[in-house]
Amino acid sequence: MSLGPYASFVVTSYTLVAATVLLLVTWIALDYRRQKARLRDLEASGVTRRSGRQATDL
Amino acid sequence: MTLIDLANPTRFLSLTARVLPWLAGATTMLLLVGLYQSAMAPDDYQQGATVKIMFVHVPNAWLSMFVWGVMSLAALGTLVWRHPLADVAAKAAAPIGAAFTFLALVTGSLWGRPMWGTYWEWDARLTSVLILFLMYLGLIALWRAVEDPSRAARAAAILTLVGAINLPIIKFSVDWWNTLHQPASVLRMGGPSLDRAFLIPLLVMAIGFSLLFVTLHLAAMRNEILRRRVRSLQMMQASRQAA
Repeated sequence: MSLGPYASFVVTSYTLVAATVLLLVTWIALDYRRQKARLRDLEASGVTRRSGRQATDL
Repeated sequence: MTLIDLANPTRFLSLTARVLPWLAGATTMLLLVGLYQSAMAPDDYQQGATVKIMFVHVPNAWLSMFVWGVMSLAALGTLVWRHPLADVAAKAAAPIGAAFTFLALVTGSLWGRPMWGTYWEWDARLTSVLILFLMYLGLIALWRAVEDPSRAARAAAILTLVGAINLPIIKFSVDWWNTLHQPASVLRMGGPSLDRAFLIPLLVMAIGFSLLFVTLHLAAMRNEILRRRVRSLQMMQASRQAA
């Protein structure tokens, strides 16, 4: 597969898309871990939900 | 499980836990197939290999508008039906929509330079998409500026519905004004004008990116529900300590 004289434009486009999608996925995954950790800390300090379930229960 | 059951955040969380791995798998598979087909697609007789930029530019451009459409429905859910997950859906979608819009602008610019001889032109299509991007950033800023999510939700819902006026302007800008941007070649009266060699990879990539949005959106909604649970538990803890 030859991309010709404009290869840099094509490669930059795909690289930027991949990097942005990877950034989104990482950000969402890290945010999930952060919220779960905060819930675990609250659970450890004895706070329970109104329903009586544990903070980390889905 | 009926749709009304999903109004319960706990049930929604249990549903996302079950479907997210499958959605992530299907998204990865489709995007890999789409990327392979994009790589194998022939060069265009006029544009050469730069036509491959279309396979990432067009899905991102479609999704930039689709996500705002989803947020507009969610805004109605907040203002009219007061659905408990509506503002969660709107807030979670905004950064993802902003990312798609950013990619549509940047890949369009990188496609424009070799084809039009310029990275940017203040024509109706490009300018209206830039305005959409700025509106996404404005909404994200609004959500971050107001601490109480329910107060932020109403203001954000109104802003979202006002911003929805921009969607038909973006779509029809290439018909209403003389623009450097080409007119629609897939979603048009009379069917797509693209050859199958380009249309099939484009549609596979578009479905792949749409599934990517659904996956990321559900995951971001799950995070937002957990964030609100943290907030309410912290408030309960603070009130217990004060008593």
